[in-house]
Amino acid sequence: MSGRAGIVIVGASLAGLRGAEALRRGGYEGPLTLVGDEPYRPYDRPPLSKHVLAGELAADATALPQLLPLRARWRLGSPATGLDRNAKIVRLADGSSLAYDTLLVATGARARRWPGEAEFAGIFTIRGRDEAADLRAALARDPRSVLIVGGGLIGCEAASCCRDLGLPVTLVDPNPTPLARALGTLVGGTLAARMRAAGVDLRPGTQVRALEGEAGQVCRARLADGGSIAADLVIVALGAVRDTGWLSEGGLAADAGGLTCDGACRALTRMGVPDPNIFAAGDVARWPNPLYGGRLIAVEHWGNAVEQAAHAARNMLNPADPQPYAHLPAFWSSQFGLNIKMVGLADGADSVAIVQGSRAAGRFLAVYGREGRTIAAVSFDEARWLPAYAERIAAGAAFPPIHDATDQPAIETRPPGFPPPRPFPASRGRVPEAAHA
Amino acid sequence: MPEDALFAEVLDPGNRADPYPIYARLRRTPVARQRDGAYVVSTHAAIRSLLFDPRLSSEDLPPSRRPRTGNPLKDWLLNPIRNRVANAHRPLIFRDPPEHDTLRGFVMSEFTIARVNGLHGRVAALVDGLIEACRGRDTVCLVDDLSYPLPVAVICDLLGVPEQDEPQFHAWATRLATALEPDARRDEEARRETVATFDAIADYMRALIRRKRRQPGDDMLSGLARRDRPGMGEVDLIATAVLLLVAGHETTVNLITNGMLTLLRHPDELGRLRADPERAPQVIEELLRYEPPVHFRTRKALGDIAVAGTTIPKGAPIVLLFAAGNRDPERFPEPDRFDPDRTDIQHFGFGGGLHYCVGAPLARIEAEIALVALCRRLRDPRLLADPPPYRPGASLRGPENLGIRIGGIL
Amino acid sequence: MRVVVDLNRCQGYAQCCYAAPAHFELRGHEILFYDPAPPEAARGRIERAQQACPVRAISVEGIDLAEEDAP
Repeated sequence: MSGRAGIVIVGASLAGLRGAEALRRGGYEGPLTLVGDEPYRPYDRPPLSKHVLAGELAADATALPQLLPLRARWRLGSPATGLDRNAKIVRLADGSSLAYDTLLVATGARARRWPGEAEFAGIFTIRGRDEAADLRAALARDPRSVLIVGGGLIGCEAASCCRDLGLPVTLVDPNPTPLARALGTLVGGTLAARMRAAGVDLRPGTQVRALEGEAGQVCRARLADGGSIAADLVIVALGAVRDTGWLSEGGLAADAGGLTCDGACRALTRMGVPDPNIFAAGDVARWPNPLYGGRLIAVEHWGNAVEQAAHAARNMLNPADPQPYAHLPAFWSSQFGLNIKMVGLADGADSVAIVQGSRAAGRFLAVYGREGRTIAAVSFDEARWLPAYAERIAAGAAFPPIHDATDQPAIETRPPGFPPPRPFPASRGRVPEAAHA
Repeated sequence: MPEDALFAEVLDPGNRADPYPIYARLRRTPVARQRDGAYVVSTHAAIRSLLFDPRLSSEDLPPSRRPRTGNPLKDWLLNPIRNRVANAHRPLIFRDPPEHDTLRGFVMSEFTIARVNGLHGRVAALVDGLIEACRGRDTVCLVDDLSYPLPVAVICDLLGVPEQDEPQFHAWATRLATALEPDARRDEEARRETVATFDAIADYMRALIRRKRRQPGDDMLSGLARRDRPGMGEVDLIATAVLLLVAGHETTVNLITNGMLTLLRHPDELGRLRADPERAPQVIEELLRYEPPVHFRTRKALGDIAVAGTTIPKGAPIVLLFAAGNRDPERFPEPDRFDPDRTDIQHFGFGGGLHYCVGAPLARIEAEIALVALCRRLRDPRLLADPPPYRPGASLRGPENLGIRIGGIL
Repeated sequence: MRVVVDLNRCQGYAQCCYAAPAHFELRGHEILFYDPAPPEAARGRIERAQQACPVRAISVEGIDLAEEDAP
C-alpha cells in the first residue's frame, strides 16, 4: 500500500467511485487512479432504463455526486485490456500501462448482445449512457412498433416507458411471466396482468429465433413457436455479461459470470488462492455470501456496488485483518406506476406467501421460503414493511417469518413457480465452491 | 431506582426538565419491561426495528393492560371519557392499516405541497406581527407571545376556520391542553369540562363541515369534506379535523419553545443562526433529535415480538421512547451535544414508519421562520429561568412558558 | 450540481418533495422521481431536502467539490 504506484481502480462507475471515496475516507493518502472505459465521469445507471428512455431526463444528466475530495488521476475513455499480475501492471487500450500496488476490479458488466446485431439498424441494448441516449433518440422518432426481447427488470422497465410514450410494444420472454427468474411466476403473474392492462402485448412462453430486416433496418422477429412479430425497433434485454475479458491472461478465476473472490473480496487465482493485491467489488465480483450458505453469487444491484466497494476498500486498507463480506441483496424497480422492491435472493425458493396487503388491492408484500427458512421478500407498492422482513431474512428466520400482523391476510403458502435453471455460459470455468471453504 | 420502575420516573413531573439521564439508564436494557407490563424501547436500533414491524398496533389498548401513556392526547382518549369519544372519534393516529391508510391518504391529498408551501408568507407575517407586539417590553413570554398563537393561527388558516372563530378555537385548544394534564385529569370537574369541550368542538366542526359542503372554500376542510371519499364518514371527518387542530399545534409549540431554549443555552449557535439563516434546516433537524417535541408514543404488540434480546409478549403495551433513541451513543457520537453540523441526523423527532408526522413539512416551516426571526430580532435575549417551568406532559414535553429578557426588538 | 438518492433506503416519506418540489416528485404510492442534476441555484432547497429526509437517502455533491478532481 505504501508503494509509489498506489491503488488503481479499474472501473469508473458506481462501485469504482464509492470504492475510491471509501479509500480516502479510510485514510488512504497515496496515489489513486481510476480507469474507465467510457469517456464519462461516474454516472448513475438506474434512471437510464426509466426516466431517460421516457425523455424526462437527458442521458448525460445522471452523473453521480462525488462525496469527498478524491485527489485521483482519472484515465477515462481508455478501457483496461490486460493484467500482468507478476509485473503488477494493468494495460490500457491506448497502449499505455499502469503500475499498481493494490488493484480494485470494478469493471461491472455489459449488456448481452443479440448475435448478429450489426446486420440491422434499429436493434438496441441498454446498459451505458450512450446506449440509452441512442435508444431514447430512436423512441422519440415514433417507431411504428417496439419489440422487447426479454422480460427481466430492464425489459419490463423499457416496456413501461414505451407505453408511457404511447408506443405499441410487444414483449417476448421464454418464461410464463415477466420477472419469472427473480420473483417466480406467482408474483410475476401480478405484473403480467398490470402490463397487459397498460397495453403491452405480452408474449410469454416463446422465444425470438431470428430478427429480420429490410434495407438494413430491422422489421420483423421470428418466434420459436412459428409466429412472427413486426417491429421496427427492437430492444434486446437479455441480461448482462460481466466485463472480465481484460482479465483473461491474468491467471485469475474470471469468466463471463464474474471474477471469483474469497469472502473478503480478494480475487482468486485459477488455483483458488487469493491474490493479496487484487480486490473486486460490484457487478463483476462473485463471492461466497455467508448469508446464503457461502454460495458463490454475483449481485448486479446498486446497493451491492456501494456496500461491496466500501467493504473491499476497508479490507484493502487493513490487509492483516480481512473481514468477510456479508450482503443481503436488494433492488428496486419502478414500472407501470408500481414501486417494486426486493430484498434477498428468491431463486431456489420452494414456497411463497403473500403476507401483507393483497394482490387484488395491487399493494402487497410476498415472502419466499426455502426448506422452512425465509430467504427473500418482495413488495409491490408496500415497501414500508420491507425493513422488518429484511431483518428476518438476514437472521435466517423460519418461513413465514411474521404472524399476527396488521393488514395481514390469512397466510397461504404456495409454490413460487420458478422456471428451471437455464444453461448459463458463465458456469464454464467456474471454480469449485470447495476452493473457498 | 429499580429498572422496572424507570418509566414511572420518566412520567414523574419532577423529572420533566431533564429526563435524559433516566433515558440513558433505560438504554442499558434496550427493551425494558416495566412493573405495569409495558415494554419501554429506548435504543435507536430497537426503535427503528419496531417502527417497521407490522405487528405493532396503534389501535386502542385493552382496558386491563391500559398504561398511563403520559401522552395527553392518548391518555385523554383512554381515560373514562374514552367510551364517549374513543370509539366514535378515533383519529388516524390510533388506527392501523388498511383503515389508517385510507384516512391518511385523504389527509395527504389535501395537505398538498402547494398548500403547505403556500403558507410561507402567512407564517412570516404572523411571526412578524407577534414579535412586533412585544416591542416596548423588556420580557418576552415565548409560549404566550409566539409559540402558542402561531401554530393555532396557522392550523385554523389551513383548515379554513373563519378568522372570527379563531379566539373560540384558541380557547378550546387551550382548554383541551389544560385538561389533558394528569392532575386535571383526576379532577372530576376538569374531566366534565373536557367532555364538554370535545362536544363543543365536534358540534362546531359538524356545523363548519356543513357550511364547507354548501360553500366550499380553498381550504383543507372543504377538500376533506368532499363527499367522494369512501371510507371516511362524518365521524371520521370530525375526528380528523380535531386531530389536525390538536396535533397541529400541541407539538409545534414545543418545537419552537424547546428550540429557542436550546439556542439560548448555546449562544454560539444562536449567533451563527442569526448571522446565517441558511443554517436553519440543519439547526431544526438537530433540534428534532436533541429536544424533540414528542418524546414517546405507545403501541400494542399484536404478536410475540423478539427484539434486541427480549420477547415482547402478544398484547403488551409498547412505549417507543423516541427521545432516548435520539440520544443513543451507539447511533450518534456525543449524543448529548447539540451540534447542528452533524452530517447524519437520522432522528425520530417526527416518529417514523407509517405514522410519521403528517404535519412535519409545516412544522419545519413554522419552526424555521419563527426561530430565525427570534434570533435576528430579539436584542440580547437571555433566559429568565433555567430550567424553565415545564408543562406536566411527559410525551408532549415542553416548557409551560419561557421567559426571555430582551434589550429590545430589532 | 449532482444528486443521487438511494432508492433502496427511500420509504416515500415525501419530505424532499415539500422541501424542493421542483426537483423531487412522488408518483403513485411510493415512486420517487428526482432531478439528478439540479441547477446550482437550487442548492439551498436541495440541501433542505437532504436534511429533511427521515432515512437520509439523499446524497449531494458539496459545492467545494463540484469542480474538484475533474477528470
